[in-house]
Amino acid sequence: MNRPIGRLGLLALQILVGLVALAIWHVLTVYPILGQPKQVQFFFSTPVDVLKRTWAEMANPEIWNHLWITLQETILAFVTGALGGIAFGFLFARNALLAAVFDPYIKAANALPRVVLAPIFALWFGLGIWSKVALGFTLVFFIVFFNVYQGVREVSPVVLNNARMLGMNERGLLRHVYWPSALTWMFSSLHTAVGFALVGAVVGEYLGSSAGLGYKIHEAESVFDVTGVFAGMLILAVFVIAIDAVVTLIENRLLVWRPGGAGGSV
Amino acid sequence: MSQQGAAEGRKGGRGGVRLIGGTALAQSTSAVRLDGVSIAFTLKGGKRYVAVEGIDLGVAPGEFVAVVGPTGSGKSTILNAAAGLLKPADGSVTVFGQALSGINARAGYLFQADALMPWKTALDNVAVALEPQGVARAEALSRARDWLGRVGLATFTDRYPHMLSGGQRKRVALAQMLIRDPEILLMDEPFGPLDAQTRQIMGNLLLELWAANRKAVIFVTHDLEEAIALSDRVIVLSAGPAARIVGEYPVTLPRPRDIAEIRLEPQFHAIYKEIWACLRVEVSRAYATGPA
Repeated sequence: MNRPIGRLGLLALQILVGLVALAIWHVLTVYPILGQPKQVQFFFSTPVDVLKRTWAEMANPEIWNHLWITLQETILAFVTGALGGIAFGFLFARNALLAAVFDPYIKAANALPRVVLAPIFALWFGLGIWSKVALGFTLVFFIVFFNVYQGVREVSPVVLNNARMLGMNERGLLRHVYWPSALTWMFSSLHTAVGFALVGAVVGEYLGSSAGLGYKIHEAESVFDVTGVFAGMLILAVFVIAIDAVVTLIENRLLVWRPGGAGGSV
Repeated sequence: MSQQGAAEGRKGGRGGVRLIGGTALAQSTSAVRLDGVSIAFTLKGGKRYVAVEGIDLGVAPGEFVAVVGPTGSGKSTILNAAAGLLKPADGSVTVFGQALSGINARAGYLFQADALMPWKTALDNVAVALEPQGVARAEALSRARDWLGRVGLATFTDRYPHMLSGGQRKRVALAQMLIRDPEILLMDEPFGPLDAQTRQIMGNLLLELWAANRKAVIFVTHDLEEAIALSDRVIVLSAGPAARIVGEYPVTLPRPRDIAEIRLEPQFHAIYKEIWACLRVEVSRAYATGPA
């Protein structure tokens, strides 16, 4: 059923989809089909305007400052969340009693929509980057925690027994068996975790800040500047794709041993 | 005590076999010995399942013992007891005269399933086996390279397990086990998942490596031909639960052997017939009572 198409053919199709979507958007907003173009454009802007605005924004050094802030928050949220998740994941996976005692609290904390914490974090950590890092942390922590927990718990018993028979002590097992296994699970959720770190940063900025991409979008929205909102979203999308590409690069480097390569998962 | 006496008696009768095998050791201490070992598991729902019962088995240094039995007869259970991975409910395990507690540090184990660390290359998988002994990394790597050469994988050192075939992975596992130079080798149907030709090649490789540096071996298999072709002595287990040893047969075929060719010897057939007469009873019992 699946006829193989070349790399170029696929790329052409992908571009075509984008162009068609833009063309529909353009036609519906520029020609009087849904109503007065001026009125429609107030709600939906036009692709040309959005691209023009995006270009203008990118040329303005101010946007790089916002991007840098968002990037900082994302990286800090990811690193702290991942470290916390790994530490607690290991601790709980190796200590059944601890895991059993804390189980209901962890489930409850994870079930809570993290967005509601944003105002509290703003109160606790101020309107600077740390309230956003805290929000991102709560999102990343649980993803990494559950994955590491699972990774340590689901180490193949045969691999484990074999390592024991090779004479490894607890430290050796941790280093050569538990740790790599947990990392595998963590990296399998790397895209999601990094994505959530960014969500935490942008939502945090959106809800209260003076800098960052989320702030830019919120600023445009508060004056009904739809073109500005779309331009901000476009920049955000490009930013996300760039970060995702870096993550894929890291993943491919770290998970060379995995059958079928590392790419394409999630 | 009476059980122990019986075990000693069997060992006495085996002296001649070992002479033919080439090791005339006058050593009375077994490399590994199970005395009246019973192993039970608690099943889900609290029911107790006795896997093996009253197992007496001694393996002399340099002796190759094969254990055969129908499925579910607890062959692997015996091996795990000798490895220290399972604690017997009853009876004792002694290793070179000392009671075993915890993991059997003097034994190497070759598992049926893939046991290599998938995140390490073939070379690292073999080299890491030396780490617990405190061997320096550079030396461990060079010795691992040497061992991979001995199992015929000199050009595959940088491959990860998933890039290797089933037979190649077993070769890596064999090198990983042997590089530590353990005095006892425990093998749990190691060549079970391989195809017939690869099994023969692996069997010959194993015999070749074993002949160069004789260890005490317990080799568990469901394949009687393989058991006879490899071993000095074949132990037959009864159908489970509560499997016991129901037969013990010396294999007096001359060494060195070629796994493929030895099966054509008339003597091989005679031994096969004799053991099969015992084993078939248990196999049919296992099928009659078992879920299969």
